[in-house]
Amino acid sequence: MVVGQTGALASVGKRPRRSVAQHARYLAARHVSGVIGAVGILLVVLVALLAGILATHSPTATDATNRLLGVGVDGHLFGTDNLGRDVFSRTVYGTRVSLIVGFGVSLVAIVAGVAFGLVAGYYRRVDSLLMRLMDALMAFPGIVLAIGIMAVLGQSLVNVIVALGIVYMPRVARLVRSVVLGLRERQFVESARALGLPDRRILVRHILPNTWSPVIVQATFIFAEGVLGEAALSFLGIGPPPTIPSWGNMLGEARQFIREAPLLMIFPGTALTLMVLSLNLVGDGIRDLLDPRLRRRL
Amino acid sequence: MTAYIVRRLLLMVPVMLLVAVTTFFLLHMSPGDPVAVLLGPDATVEQVEQMRAALGLNEPLPLQLIHWFGDLLRGDLGTSIFLNKPVTEAILERAEPTLLLTLGASLVAILIGVPLGILSAVRRGSLVDTGSMLVAMLGISMPTFWIGLNLILIFAVTLRWLPAQGYQPLAEGFGSTVKYLLLPSITLGAAQAALLARMTRSMMLEVLSEDYIRTARAKGVLERRVVLRHALHNAFIPLVTVIGLTFAVLMGGAVITEQVFNIPGVGRLLVQAVLRRDFPLVQGIVLTIAFLYVVINLIVDVLYVFLDPRIRYG
Repeated sequence: MVVGQTGALASVGKRPRRSVAQHARYLAARHVSGVIGAVGILLVVLVALLAGILATHSPTATDATNRLLGVGVDGHLFGTDNLGRDVFSRTVYGTRVSLIVGFGVSLVAIVAGVAFGLVAGYYRRVDSLLMRLMDALMAFPGIVLAIGIMAVLGQSLVNVIVALGIVYMPRVARLVRSVVLGLRERQFVESARALGLPDRRILVRHILPNTWSPVIVQATFIFAEGVLGEAALSFLGIGPPPTIPSWGNMLGEARQFIREAPLLMIFPGTALTLMVLSLNLVGDGIRDLLDPRLRRRL
Repeated sequence: MTAYIVRRLLLMVPVMLLVAVTTFFLLHMSPGDPVAVLLGPDATVEQVEQMRAALGLNEPLPLQLIHWFGDLLRGDLGTSIFLNKPVTEAILERAEPTLLLTLGASLVAILIGVPLGILSAVRRGSLVDTGSMLVAMLGISMPTFWIGLNLILIFAVTLRWLPAQGYQPLAEGFGSTVKYLLLPSITLGAAQAALLARMTRSMMLEVLSEDYIRTARAKGVLERRVVLRHALHNAFIPLVTVIGLTFAVLMGGAVITEQVFNIPGVGRLLVQAVLRRDFPLVQGIVLTIAFLYVVINLIVDVLYVFLDPRIRYG
């Protein structure tokens, strides 16, 4: 990834030769999927913002007499769940939860990862210590580490964000570090140092802005993985408390009624897939826009 | 070569150490007193003290760490509070389904992902390419457990072809084990298959645009041979890492899949341990999985040297 990033400037002249028409078609195809993804995300944000208006019922109000109603019965667009809650309204409010978690996870991962990466890349003395620490964190399969952290912190929305943020942080740290390692030897950094600028200023004003493009691409994918991660933790019953209408919680409950009411799991699952799909499409799009030569590695 | 392997083995030691320390502190980072949580609000002060002493929680932290390390080196992962038996024993009892599931899923991922990627690259821009890349994109965007739920709905609930959940040990016959593990393996392997297809495709495309491929074609080598020998051989080298890591990645994913299909494996044990706040068991399982993960990483790295004669690790 990073090799592609720094190599991008050097390799502009030797892109693979394609005919103009081929190239145009390639770009258009890329952009179409990126545009579709962007529209998808916009929709998700809109639904989340307007949840209060769109929802036909309270997402948490139970109704023991109207359990497991079918689609469209009694004004319940998507039917009701095992506690008589309106599935449509829960799906709508679930958008908020997923959006908050995804944003929170990428924020935590990026703030912490960028900080670690900058320091490790710039100061040789702490480099190997910090990077071994990141290696150790990366030695755990992501979901297993998240489960372990959740076991310790206890179940809450904030803790889910912290746990998943810690899981994805080393990836950002490694990425930023390798970019910084390359930048550190560049002339503009050397000049800044020769001018006697303090390290902090060099790091924040001169090096940091040059790390953004690969970080933004990573952020999109971490956003998507954060959404999936929360859903997985919720499904296992160790995510946010069951009172929060998250898609993962809904799916975890729907699983027990797969014979009686299979549609219960279709709605939140489809919503989840569409949101993650949009994020992945946008991520791919941004990556290609920022650097067409960047290898499609993930 | 030997020197390289020895050095890699030595380098593994600090990572393993850090993994162990991280796992140790996972438990001790806990804001509450695990014993108080364990015994519930009705426990008397004496009971709490007794339990603390039994678990060695009254010692100073560094001493606890040293003791824990000592036990670790002897292969002793402690005792599960809830199951009341050694953690190692509890893990070994549940290892079979998890290992078989991971193996099955790896097969699914590799046998579907790699051929699909090659085909897409060779037929670039065709319907096959566009179609399979679309499916692959969907595959990495769907939550694993949701794929599983859908498969249960279709093949178990509606068609009644395969069991919806549970597991039969190998000892009771290979056929029934396969029957029980088929849907879970597809579930767990799907996302990785999609990932492998995408990567195989881009590696193959890169190699296919190389000059030596044009040379091979120019001298009249059969297209089949160009693709399978000249291109695939070279595209395979970077792919080996990903394929090798498939098993390690899927081992983590097994935790979720086991939950979907009620498979009594290590993953389900981990989730149960978390819900019961059985900290020694959580610690033991997390550590075991991480160790296996690191070891597989090492094996893949070493294999890499054998496969690519250009790489010489001095």
